[in-house]
Amino acid sequence: MKTALALITALSLLGGTALAAEQQVNLYSARKENLIRPLLDRFSAETGIDVNLVTGKASALLKRLQVEGRNTPADLFLTVDAGRLHVAKQAGLLQPVESRILTEAVPTHLRDRDNQWFALSKRARIIVYSRERVRPEELSTYEDLTDPKWKGRICIRSSGNIYNQSLLASLVAHHGEAAAERWAAGVVANMARPPRGNDRAQVKAVATGECDIAVVNSYYLGNMQSSSDRSERDAAVKVAPFFPNQGDRGAHINISGAGITRHATNRDNARKLLEFMVGDEAQKWYAESNHEYPVKAGVEVSPIVRAWGYPFKEDQLDMGQLGIHNVTAVKIFDRVGWR
Amino acid sequence: MAAALAALVVMTPILTVLGYLFHPGTGTWQHLADTVLGDYIRNSLLLMAGVAFGAGSIGITTAWLTSMYRFPGRRLFIWALLLPLAFPAYILAYTYTGMLEPAGPVQEWIRTTFGLRYGEYWFPEIRSIGGAMVILSLVLYPYVYLLARAAFLEQSVCALEVSRSLGCGPWRSFFAVALPLARPAIVVGLSLALMETLADFGTVEYFGVSTFTTGIFRTWYGLYDEVAAAQLAALLMLFVFSLILLERWSRRQARYHHTTNRYQALPEIGLGRFSAWLATTACLLPVLFGFLLPVAQLGLWALRTWREMVDAGFYTLAANSFALAGIAAVIALLLALLLGYGRRLHPTPWLRALVRTAGMGYAIPGMVIAIGVLIPFGWLDNALDGWMRDHFGISTGLLFSGTIFILLFTYLVRFLTVSLNTVEAGLGKIRPSMDEAAWSMGHGKAATVRRIHLPLMRGSLLTALLIVFVDVLKELPATLVLRPFNFNTLAVRTYELASDERLADASSAALTIVLVGIIPVILLSVTIARSRPGHAEPA
Repeated sequence: MKTALALITALSLLGGTALAAEQQVNLYSARKENLIRPLLDRFSAETGIDVNLVTGKASALLKRLQVEGRNTPADLFLTVDAGRLHVAKQAGLLQPVESRILTEAVPTHLRDRDNQWFALSKRARIIVYSRERVRPEELSTYEDLTDPKWKGRICIRSSGNIYNQSLLASLVAHHGEAAAERWAAGVVANMARPPRGNDRAQVKAVATGECDIAVVNSYYLGNMQSSSDRSERDAAVKVAPFFPNQGDRGAHINISGAGITRHATNRDNARKLLEFMVGDEAQKWYAESNHEYPVKAGVEVSPIVRAWGYPFKEDQLDMGQLGIHNVTAVKIFDRVGWR
Repeated sequence: MAAALAALVVMTPILTVLGYLFHPGTGTWQHLADTVLGDYIRNSLLLMAGVAFGAGSIGITTAWLTSMYRFPGRRLFIWALLLPLAFPAYILAYTYTGMLEPAGPVQEWIRTTFGLRYGEYWFPEIRSIGGAMVILSLVLYPYVYLLARAAFLEQSVCALEVSRSLGCGPWRSFFAVALPLARPAIVVGLSLALMETLADFGTVEYFGVSTFTTGIFRTWYGLYDEVAAAQLAALLMLFVFSLILLERWSRRQARYHHTTNRYQALPEIGLGRFSAWLATTACLLPVLFGFLLPVAQLGLWALRTWREMVDAGFYTLAANSFALAGIAAVIALLLALLLGYGRRLHPTPWLRALVRTAGMGYAIPGMVIAIGVLIPFGWLDNALDGWMRDHFGISTGLLFSGTIFILLFTYLVRFLTVSLNTVEAGLGKIRPSMDEAAWSMGHGKAATVRRIHLPLMRGSLLTALLIVFVDVLKELPATLVLRPFNFNTLAVRTYELASDERLADASSAALTIVLVGIIPVILLSVTIARSRPGHAEPA
């Protein structure tokens, strides 16, 4: 017993020293390392606060956070969609943050109403069309994608993807479940092929002629246009972006965002990191490095994104709604056979 | 006793998952049964059938050819046929998609050369269930090959000679004697391949094929129903378990110990010119498509990007991967030996059941195992911490969660089957009469193990080490969620880039996994060649 106790104490001291270093903050991130590390390094350089990082799938990290309970080392939970942040909040894993910097930088519909999470960047789910085979006047709204004129012409990825789930969740929020189900069934009927590949693959499919239009996240197109890979640039020039629903509620957007964990030990540092991420420098970095839209007003988008037309009309739906209707959306996808 | 205890500890995550079966069912089940469950089951079974056929026929054919016949390149193929083992399935999937998708260079070439447009010519769709069968067969056939070949080599040539003398031609000798004798080994190889098939997520997800495993993830991630997801995983486990039982039952009375110890070098049969080239081609194709071609493609990409991607951090990645895989392989082997001997020395039914269950981890998707590990350790950590706080006023925090220890434990749970099966296959071939002979000659148990078992099992032991090593090197989902802060592996780096379809950027890390994986493959094949009974030990 005594040895066991000594061992435990020794182990905890060992673990303790690693984690109790003066200035640090621990981050669970669903954003991949190469899309966040440079920003974190800049933060460390400016503040002297070290950032420890684990990346992974949002749901898995969420589970880890939950299981680790009050002893979790994580101070900050970062996702690339609003739905998971909502789930984290519902599970009682986040805590409210009082910060004027955050509330001033992030518009109300892009943050939790109790200030438990905040958007850090935006992406629009846009329609990409073939310059050769589609005139932009033919396009109008997400709802129009169920029109028989698109039969056999639409490419869109599988419904296992969170961005499709969020898009459908927004339709559930706007039109109700029954209308959203009719929409999903209509899109399935118009698909050029069963869903496969990710968003980049959909853009390429439009370029090669497998389909005429595709629904993708905006930054994929930006990254393809600026790719070092010639075949990606070649594919990107054959297509053009279209922002749907400009005549009514605006194009569907999703966010990457973060919240401070309920049991954070480095709460102040976590808040500083959040504030840094909505600051001008970081916002510009999101825009420049990954062609996302900044959440903070007045920060420039990348030249490529500007060329698509900016600002455009955005759906002002409260981001929390995407989380609330996520399960409904997945069940609809299952029912209509959108795999 | 120690074996039982070890088996119990390893079983915790599996039991955690199985335990969900006793949770009350949720409404989700009705929804799943009404909509997608049928698809999940159908696709998984189809995929299994396809891979069983693909990996089985490639593995057995090449093992037989390289064991029995002389043909150009045979010595090279003996080890080259193992190379695809170094490829994570999803990397192969990404690579082939990059080459064969409609936007890829192959179809582009067809279009420009023949002046065709998309849709005006026929080309197989790589991102389909058929494509998934091919990809998985290509990376998984080495399991069958490895074990089948070891079995063929260990077969007493007498059995074959008897069959010949009784008038069996080469085909009949193969089907009537060699194949049935090798059946336990082939079944082990096939079951490894099929368990990996069932656990595969990366390939089927990318190809848009909904299987049972993608269903588990969807239920959990999309429907946020952890209970139903875990129940699906538990059912998957029970399914695999019953398959294994069924196979054992079907050969319940048969024993596969060889009745003679007269071993001699297998008479390598020369082939006519045409047959010889046929044999060469048969061995070349799987190596070409499972290794050479994709490596060439990765190499081309890496040439373009390695300057940016290979920095100081890259070597840390490689070192992390290598160390994790090495340590895990050794621990898994030791544990497999403990369990294997436990069963041999105390063949009680309950110990056998225990050991079987402990080896179930292989069929479970890594992510599900990870959850099975997270939950009990998180509970233990917090209970310990609470107890220490209450009694001593100090907080121990998380002792296990988020450490390398938990990562190694997870690998053990997931890959114990591999080493256990291989060790048991090796042990099974040592007739109990050999032990008795050794004992009657005054050897103690330890000496029997050292002087009789070890030399006879060296091939099996190394096989166990190698497969676990390579498997851990490739392991992704559990590593991703359980690893400590600031700790990355080659597989993690590859995945993060490749899943973003930045294949060119991912190629350096992917190529390193593959190349590092080759080293033990070569070492192993050399040793297996030497360890065949009847072969003189080279000085």
